Amino acid sequence: MKLRLAPQPLEWIDRKSSVSFTFEGQTVSGFKGDVISSALWAQGRKVVGRSFKYHRRRGLLSFANHDINALLQAEDRPNVRADVVQAEDGMSLTAVNTFGSLASDKGALVEWIGKFLPVGFYYRAFYSPKFLFPKWERLIREMAGLGKVNTDWSEERKPKRYLHCDVVVIGAGPSGMAAAIAAAKQGVDVCLIDENPYIGGSLDYQYVNEDSQQLNRKYLKETVESMPNIQVITSSYVAGYYGDHWLGINTPDGLIKLSAQAVVVASGVFEQPAVFRNNDLPGVMNASAAQRLMARYAVAPCKEAVILTANPEGYRAALDLHKNGLVVKAILDTGKTAGESVVQAKSAGIPVFENAVLVEATGRKQLQGVTFEVGRLQHHLSCDGLLMSVGWAPAGAPLYQAGAKFGYNYTLEQLLPVELPEGVFACGRINGVFEIEDRIKDGEQAGTAAAQTVLGKEALAPVDYTAKSAHSDPYPIWPHPKGKEFVDFDEDIQIKDLKGAIAQGFDNIELMKRFSTIGMGPSQGKHSNMNGIRILAKLTGKTIDQTGSTTARPMFHPTPVSHLAGMRFRPERLTPLHSFHQQRNACFMEAGSWLRPEYYPTAETREASIAEEVSAVRNSVGLIDVSTLGKLEVFGRDAGELMDRLYTMRMSNMNVGASRYALMVDETGVVIDDGVAVRYSEEHFYVTTTTSTSDSAYRLIQKKVIEWGLKVTVLNRTGQIGAMNLAGPNSRKILAQLTDLDLSNDAFPYLAMRRAQVCGVEATLIRVGFVGELGYEIHTDSQSALKIWASIMEVGSEYGIKPFGVEAQRLLRLEKGHIIVGQDTDGLTNPFEANMPWSVHLKKPYFLGKPSLMKLKTLQNRTLVGFELLSKAHKDMPLESNLLIENGAMIGRVTSIGRSATLNKVIGLAMVETAFSEENQVLKIKLTDGRFVDAKVIKTPFYDPQGLLQKPDESNEGEAA
Amino acid sequence: MPLRLLKYAWKKSEDEPRFFPDETPLKKAYDVVIIGGGGHGMACAYYLAKEHGITNVAVLEQGYIGGGNTGRNTTIVRSNYLTSEGVKFYDESLKLFEDLSDDFDLNIFYSTRGHFTLAHTDSAMRTMRWRAEVNKHHGIDSEVVDVETIQKEVPYMDMSCNGQHPVMGALYHAPGSVARHDAVAWGYARGAQQRGVEIHQKTRVTDIKTKGGKVVGVETDRGFVEAKKVISMVAGSTPRITEMLEIETPIEIFPLQACVTEPVKPFMDTIVVSGSLHVYVSQSSRGELVMGASVDPAELHSTRSTLDFVEGLTDQMMDLFPFTSRLKIMRQWAGMSDITPDFAPIMGKTDVEGFYLDAGWGTWGFKATPVSGKTMAYTVANDTPHELIKPFSLSRYADFKLVGEKGAASVGH
Ligand SMILES: Cc1cc2nc3c(=O)[nH]c(=O)nc-3n(C[C@H](O)[C@H](O)[C@H](O)COP(=O)(O)OP(=O)(O)OC[C@H]3O[C@@H](n4cnc5c(N)ncnc54)[C@H](O)[C@@H]3O)c2cc1C
Repeated sequence: MKLRLAPQPLEWIDRKSSVSFTFEGQTVSGFKGDVISSALWAQGRKVVGRSFKYHRRRGLLSFANHDINALLQAEDRPNVRADVVQAEDGMSLTAVNTFGSLASDKGALVEWIGKFLPVGFYYRAFYSPKFLFPKWERLIREMAGLGKVNTDWSEERKPKRYLHCDVVVIGAGPSGMAAAIAAAKQGVDVCLIDENPYIGGSLDYQYVNEDSQQLNRKYLKETVESMPNIQVITSSYVAGYYGDHWLGINTPDGLIKLSAQAVVVASGVFEQPAVFRNNDLPGVMNASAAQRLMARYAVAPCKEAVILTANPEGYRAALDLHKNGLVVKAILDTGKTAGESVVQAKSAGIPVFENAVLVEATGRKQLQGVTFEVGRLQHHLSCDGLLMSVGWAPAGAPLYQAGAKFGYNYTLEQLLPVELPEGVFACGRINGVFEIEDRIKDGEQAGTAAAQTVLGKEALAPVDYTAKSAHSDPYPIWPHPKGKEFVDFDEDIQIKDLKGAIAQGFDNIELMKRFSTIGMGPSQGKHSNMNGIRILAKLTGKTIDQTGSTTARPMFHPTPVSHLAGMRFRPERLTPLHSFHQQRNACFMEAGSWLRPEYYPTAETREASIAEEVSAVRNSVGLIDVSTLGKLEVFGRDAGELMDRLYTMRMSNMNVGASRYALMVDETGVVIDDGVAVRYSEEHFYVTTTTSTSDSAYRLIQKKVIEWGLKVTVLNRTGQIGAMNLAGPNSRKILAQLTDLDLSNDAFPYLAMRRAQVCGVEATLIRVGFVGELGYEIHTDSQSALKIWASIMEVGSEYGIKPFGVEAQRLLRLEKGHIIVGQDTDGLTNPFEANMPWSVHLKKPYFLGKPSLMKLKTLQNRTLVGFELLSKAHKDMPLESNLLIENGAMIGRVTSIGRSATLNKVIGLAMVETAFSEENQVLKIKLTDGRFVDAKVIKTPFYDPQGLLQKPDESNEGEAA
Repeated sequence: MPLRLLKYAWKKSEDEPRFFPDETPLKKAYDVVIIGGGGHGMACAYYLAKEHGITNVAVLEQGYIGGGNTGRNTTIVRSNYLTSEGVKFYDESLKLFEDLSDDFDLNIFYSTRGHFTLAHTDSAMRTMRWRAEVNKHHGIDSEVVDVETIQKEVPYMDMSCNGQHPVMGALYHAPGSVARHDAVAWGYARGAQQRGVEIHQKTRVTDIKTKGGKVVGVETDRGFVEAKKVISMVAGSTPRITEMLEIETPIEIFPLQACVTEPVKPFMDTIVVSGSLHVYVSQSSRGELVMGASVDPAELHSTRSTLDFVEGLTDQMMDLFPFTSRLKIMRQWAGMSDITPDFAPIMGKTDVEGFYLDAGWGTWGFKATPVSGKTMAYTVANDTPHELIKPFSLSRYADFKLVGEKGAASVGH
């Protein structure tokens, strides 16, 4: 292996086991523990990808998660981040976004026409002539986009976990580890999170050859690992900070949702590349990337290096290379760095050029040399590695998301947090602290302070450990007359592109981003934002603070959909009578999250089965499961008051043992719910809602209870209570055999409610008639529902009882002209339009929506009417939602329609302009195919207009059986 | 290679004229002040100048051009609404959109993709049919299509939705499009600016001054500016402006969120919306899947993102597109949407003379950018509401003449 080094003290690879995979069709082998990039580089494969726009060859730049030069296509997923994904046997990988292959990419032609493609070029062409745009767009879309999706890929889901702790520390470098230890010493529970597979941070790669720092590393790691109240979560990153210390943490095994009481952000800094001509040649990389390659994977970044630096870190990197026997041809210092590492580098015999100005990197497919100037003298050095150590930008996403304010520190030439929200702390390099000893102390004080907030103790004023000299170059940017100085590697953005954007008026940081697309790629500006800000500030003559920054939104790194989604959870609700429906092979339909029998297939066809069910109810008896209705119980001193305020009818004057239609409108007077209310006792009501509104009604009621400050408790008992409706002329006879309750009209009249034992089970009986026959709704606890149901079916068999489903019920209620909220009403329908003025008690001092209804009463211009179809031909059957047209204008629509066997005609409800709502008005219904059929407005109910059948004399009932 | 790009061989892009002017001092007085430099504000300024010759206009924007909902929206443009008023209005907008690139001499990437609104329940089918019937009545290309048709167009969609709530049909709207939101704002801004309109970024209106019930000017963080006509086009900030004049509106602010995946090569050409699953998706020209849902459950004046949102959205998205589980979410964000009770906008004159309102754009206002600019410009120039926006007056709430668009607006944008 070409660039593999001798064993390193802390290396992460296991030299005893090797792995082998293919890249661009060629076999690559590495060691277990290698990430894909390190295995490639170790073999001397320095071209790992092509750039986004110009398809330039690219190597490793930052060798961190956000380096999109190393974005690969796997067989089972796109956009694999080679810098952090471990190499595995059998992987088959290619570069993304190449046309042909990585080695010979036709996309590279774009670079030849690059001068025709200035920043935002796609805004300037392709739109004229209009008919060609789709073709151009297709081409542009094909050129853009990175990895490929295979739509046959199967679904992946990873379970989520919840975690709670007192203090969460983000980042397990020296300051983070110290913070975790300090917090844990205060006795609180700590979570320590790091995106690397091991804790240690930069101590694992930047200080490997410094004994005293390795002692620090050992102490910190061992202490963290020995403390029982520190939970370490590695290979995981905080995808987002979501307010109130609620974090989404992406782990290899799925998402963790963590709630903490205090947050310490020790996420460090991202190394920023320098901007100069050909800074993207493979071989040019961040110095920290080189150090990670060497220390973790024992891979040399190059054989002969030149270091470009503005800080002691660059000198350290030079020493690391030197120690590994690699040639360091020169250190190009952009200024005059001082310190111990400088002395050491000089004494190691490494030539140092101070106040160096970079001119360009040279080389065709890879880096071959570097040209720079010192004073007026130009120098050229050949090299295969150019390591950049010119500055840092905060890995500040969690802080920004928490609402921290950043300000530019001119001593450090770095953005630092200047204002932190409550319970959020920062330490280490993100805080501008650079010496290891200081980072440890800074971490300790942040950890202690965080723990103290949790414990409710006053924290001490923090000591300022901020470094006293710059670790970043204020302007590591060297324009070249021939260009190709890349500011954003994801998007191939050069200095001239930003210049162009700014010159055209996009001189606000956000506008510059949006026009030039800087920072919009997958690395989300992690190594372009800071340089972009510097360029903008310089060109507009503003300070960094005046220039500002773009917003760091979640995700910190792109986060798998499979993790965010978690396991599929779509609760399906089954009524307590479900087993019966199944036995009868019911055809089910979805009603919200419930499954309800649509009908029971007893005849040849669906229609015939439904007709049989309807006929049973009309002529003898039927039984329907209505357990899906929302069921609320209302208790308390103000129960009557609440009911009055919620519903349009007066409820507080209802007798105990009575029931009443319960219609709810919203503030604008629009019908939103209906059901039945009963009064159990003075301070105790029970009310149903429709199946689909049970949650929304409950939510609204709870909100109103609080708003109105009423002394009342509302319980949602929807799932706890089973309910059925026994309906038909023979219903009383059947029920009589199952209860001792006196069912006579006198004892239990129409619209009354009784509590009684049915089949030995306590139940609520309500004598209502949605379907227009003598009938009883029976509500009981869900465990007992099946018992009652089964007994009714058994006793009822003598009368030919039939279970009926939603479809039969819809037809039955239509025959009665009863509305279904949400079908016969729409987002604007008020009770007057719904033709239910009787349901509105405007004399009540107040109810929800009353002020609106007072006005609406006089403004009615639509009315729900009943109609019968004048044509009997099957092909003339309109559909619900077909329009009513008069003189070419829409005057309404069909809301419900059905073929009534009972009445032997097609009947329906329609919402029409009031001018057309008179009886016998002929309505023209426009069918979907454009033909018209006539219908005639008739009075509702269509069936049993006087409602005699709901309250029959007990002496002559059930004749029809 | 389009000819238009050839000039860049010898001309640098920085030699192009500025889209927006450099910072200049505010004048003492303007004929019209527009509050809000989003798409609507810019469009209104553009049409005031272009069609009515009113150029002594200042657009005052507290942040940067398009930085409000204009720059945050998921850019779905369609006209398959539910009411006659809505359909006519949005249809006019679509027509304007189609020619906008030419008008601007700037490509806004108006990309007609076709728009499916899926129905998974009977009642959704009923709503789709209603919309289709109304749309067809007004000559809009809109129809209810069956499962086979959908499957043919979007073969990689799981029509069974993982076995639960299978797709039963859809409303299909061939003209449904997406566009580059920023470019729309920039194009209008440049066009307005070229015609003499002043655009002032980083200029916040802090109060509106009246005298005898008439507007006399606005207070800003850069000083007072006289104007007899002031238009508020601030979407999610509307309550803060109307408060200044004690004008009551029924607008409530709800956060609306969206997110994108990492870019992938194009595979999705249509726009797919599912109300039942609370998701919609399209693929941008950059290759990202752009996804959104309904508004957050509770009112809030904030643009913070939530974890709940991405969790819910990704989960539901996978019911339709199981393979998207292998993609990654790159970025999420939120805007503040100004929701009205009837899901239709509020446009036109108000009780305060000289104060015009353009608000209530909720989750649906991007598509209205051209038509709103055009009709508001007309309204202000003539001091009488344009025919198309008469139904959207603020007074309709007091008069109970609502325009019920809920059935067509809630998730579909
Ligand atoms: C996530 C999301 C997705 C959406 N998706 C769609 C979609 O797919 N299709 C669709 O049609 N619509 C969509 N919308 C809605 C659409 O974005 C908006 O309705 C539309 O952009 C509103 O444009 P505007 O110009 O009125 O407002 P904005 O673009 O919000 O502009 C208002 C401007 O006013 C400024 N401002 C506010 N107060 C002041 C003040 N006091 N002084 C000065 N300036 C001020 C703000 O800074 C802002 O720039 C979506 C919205 C969001 C949030």
